[in-house]
Parts: sequence; structure tokens; C-alpha cells
Amino acid sequence: MNANVKLITTETRLFLREPVAVFFTVAFPAILVAILGSVPSFREPSADLGGVRVIDLYVTISITLAIAMLALQGTPAVLSGYREKGILRRLGTTPTHPAMLLVAQLVNSLLVALVSVVLVLAIGRIAFDVPLPRQFAGFLLALILAAAALLAIGLFVAAVAPNAKAGNAIGVILFFPVMFFAGLWVPREAMPELLRRIADFTPLGAGERALHDATMGSWPHAVSLAVLGAYVLVFGGAAARLFRWE
Amino acid sequence: MDTMSTPVIEVSHLHKRYRGTVAVDDVSFAVERGEIFGILGPNGAGKTTTVECIEGVRKPDGGTLRVLGLDPQRDRGQLRQRVGVQLQQAQLYDKIRLAEAMELFSSFYREPADWRQLIDELGLTDKRNTPFNKLSGGQKQRLSIALALVGNPEIAILDELTTGLDPQARRDTWDLIEQIRDRGVTVVLVTHFMEEAERLCDRLAVIDSGRVVAIDTPAGLIAQVKAEQRIRFRPSAPLDDTLLTGLPEVVDVTRHGSQVVVTGTGNLLHAVASVLARHQIVAADLRVDQASLDDAFVALTGRTIDN
Repeated sequence: MNANVKLITTETRLFLREPVAVFFTVAFPAILVAILGSVPSFREPSADLGGVRVIDLYVTISITLAIAMLALQGTPAVLSGYREKGILRRLGTTPTHPAMLLVAQLVNSLLVALVSVVLVLAIGRIAFDVPLPRQFAGFLLALILAAAALLAIGLFVAAVAPNAKAGNAIGVILFFPVMFFAGLWVPREAMPELLRRIADFTPLGAGERALHDATMGSWPHAVSLAVLGAYVLVFGGAAARLFRWE
Repeated sequence: MDTMSTPVIEVSHLHKRYRGTVAVDDVSFAVERGEIFGILGPNGAGKTTTVECIEGVRKPDGGTLRVLGLDPQRDRGQLRQRVGVQLQQAQLYDKIRLAEAMELFSSFYREPADWRQLIDELGLTDKRNTPFNKLSGGQKQRLSIALALVGNPEIAILDELTTGLDPQARRDTWDLIEQIRDRGVTVVLVTHFMEEAERLCDRLAVIDSGRVVAIDTPAGLIAQVKAEQRIRFRPSAPLDDTLLTGLPEVVDVTRHGSQVVVTGTGNLLHAVASVLARHQIVAADLRVDQASLDDAFVALTGRTIDN
């Protein structure tokens, strides 16, 4: 079998052997939707939120949660661990370039994100009548850009972290503000104006807004897409420059 | 060894610096096809940097390198198909099973070896479903050798292979390396273990402070030392020292209690034994101390390998 395909299947196989990671990235976002959806008042339209239900908002927020878990709690620890253990160095002595291992890790993350998103959308739709994204192409674009932006940040952390422990710690520390602005604790719609302005320029604040716009049927706001694109370029570029193989 | 063939590895005047520190000053040697070539030296002597330049992992600052007639920097892609490398202290994914690792790495090569047969020869078949982090140190090293060989390389470079292994695992690993050589693979062995170098290497380069101090067979290096031999024994009957000091081979005779210590050169043992036999004296507790590679190293570098 082709070496690159083999690297990706290996990555996926190893991911599936980490029950905690599988639970938090694949199952947890969908479970969160199920829990919030079982609160009766969250299924009632709320005037404070502009007429939508809390559960409608938490479907997209849960999607950003899946992305953040993968990119901030998974990628940095995994990749800096590969460097620390000398796996990248070992790969460098074979005909395969160690960059292929990074690509395999990212492809695996995207696949896992996709499964998680499908689960979240399915639970929302089937159990709580949350409509599927109305502007589907826009939703897909927002999803890819948000995942790419967060993975770029994750790669950047992996590039600068001296070891797996530090990579993990930095990822976890970033996770909370990133998810705060994505609206995990207070949805964007309920944020004060200033906070909302700030959120729009954070990676998952912009990501959540773009996903929400597309879900409601309009094309994602240009500012959100531009912000996401900027994160991809800045952090992806910095990661590519700073990444150390050993 | 076919001395007429061109060397598989030629290193001449290799020089490598890291931010002002000279790691390799001036290293030259040639490795012949089919031999076990040792690179021996203390920690920090520049051994690993030298082989990393051969592997194409590092770019030399000076000198020329030819590996299988190719340039390790320019022809990196080709060489990686033909040179297998076992890195010092490189791990693998914690949870990858042994067979999965073999399958993965064999997919990197155009003409891989049969990995099932390889792990069988390395005695790892019953560990094929064991995850990497559950393997013992010796098993990890054997897997590491298997990964270095899975591409069917013409040259295998093994760096500090037996560091951290217990004596039994170390001896088993040595047997393995001889088997690899017997398959026709040229082996470059980096080590700071004297015993390992003496036992395994057909020839070795002694490196100290980034320079080659000597290149020879282990026996040749020891012979260069011309160290005196020392014989100790307890005579069964009183022995007049002058019987021994009169011999041309004997340099000195001393006594430690009932023990006689004779130092000398040439065929010392034969000369002493003949005298004792002539006087019907039996040498009890007879010991002969000969120069070892350790002595050779001290003579060549002015210090022991450990400091």
C-alpha cells in the first residue's frame, strides 16, 4: 500500500486506541447537545437571543468545541510528542519525508472533526428539530476554514513547544479563551457588544459566527471568513518556518 | 574482504561546526563492502555527527562524502532506499503494534525485505501484536534493527545500539549484527563500548575530539600499543629470580608475597615456561595479562574512553 495512505491509516488506528481522546473529540460535542437539549427552557424560543432557541445556538458552538479539542488538545501534544520521541527524526532517515507525518496527523484530525460534526448535526436535527445548515456550501467553507485556522494554531504550538508536556499545557491554556469567545459559556448572541466585537476577531468567535450565519441561511460574513483566513496564513506560515524536526 | 573493490563509503576531510563549536574537525576513512566498520570514541567525540553526515541528515561544512558512489546531500532520495539507519535513542508511537510498525516502514521502500521473515530472524515473531511501549529494552532495540533492515539496505548504520541493554541482550544483539554482515550488508557501528568494538568490528576508526586517531583492525590497534605482557604465578618450589631476569624476553621480576610477577615482551610465556619446566617448578594460579583495546585507546588518546 502507498506509504502516505499507510501513514494516515496508522494515525487513525492510533487515535482510536486513545479512548479519552475519542470520547472528548467524537462523542462529547454530541453529548453536550443532547444534555442541553434535554433542558426544557433551552428548547423554547428566547426573545433575548433574537427569537432563536438556546439549543439552536449550541449546535454550532458544539461544532467549534470539537474543532478546538482536536486542534488544541490533540495536535500540539501529539506532534511535539513525535518530535520528543525521535519519530520525526527516524522518519527522516527513510525515503518518506517527516512532513508526511504532519500531513497524516492533520488529515486524521479533519476526518475526526467531520465525524464529530455529522454526529452533532444529526443529534440536533433528530432529537431537537434543529434545522440543518440552510446555506450548505457556506457552512462547508466556514467549517473547513475554522478547522484549518485552529489546526494552524495547533501546529504553531507544536512548533514552538519544547516538549510534549509543554505542547499539551499551551494547548489547554489556549483552549479556554478560544472557547469562551466561541460562546461555550455565553453564546455570542448574549454577549455584551464589546465582548462580541472582540469575539469576532478570535479564531473560533469568527468560526462560530460564520457557521451560525450559514446555518441560518445566509452566506458567512466576509469579516469572519477573512479573520479565519488570516489565522490560517499567519499561524500556518509561522509553524512552517519554526517547526523543528528534532 | 575484496580489497580491490571501491569502498562503499568514502569520507575525506569531513568538517562540521555547530554555532562555533567544532563537532567534527577533520575525519577521513573508507568503509569496504561487507565489513563491520566501527567508529569508536568517547561521548562527544563527533561519532554521531559523522554518521549523520553520511546519512545525509546533516550537511557538512567541509570535506567530501561518497556513499555507494553518491552524494548524501544531492542524492538523498536514492540513498534512503539503499541505506538503513538505526538512530540513537529514537522511539516509536507508544501504541503501535510491532507488526504494524514493520508493515508501515516497509511501505516506505520500493523493494522491501519480507518483514515477517525479518522479525522471525530477530526472534520477535511472538511479539508481533505487542504495542511498542510494552516491549523490553532489548526487544525495542531488535525492532529498531528490523526497521533499519526492512528496506533491504546495502549499508546499515547502527548508532549506540547496545546502550542501556543488559549483558545478555547485548551479546544477543552482537550475534545479530554478525548475522547481518553475513547476509552481505555492510555495517557501520557507532560505539563507545570497547568490548563491543573488539568483539564485532573487522576494522575500526578511533575518533577523539573530532579527529581520527587511528584506523586498523582491533588486533592491529592493540599491536600498535606494544604494551608489555605480564605473567603472574605462584611457584611450587623456591625460585631464584636470576633464572628469569637472565632471559632476553624478561624486563622485570617482582614479588607480591608468594606471587611472582614477570613483565616482558616477545614470546614471554614460552620463555618463562621453559625455564620453570627445566627446574621442575610448577606455576600455580598462572595468569597472563595482555594488552586490550582499552590499553590501545589510552595509548592513542592519552585517556580512558569514559572520561
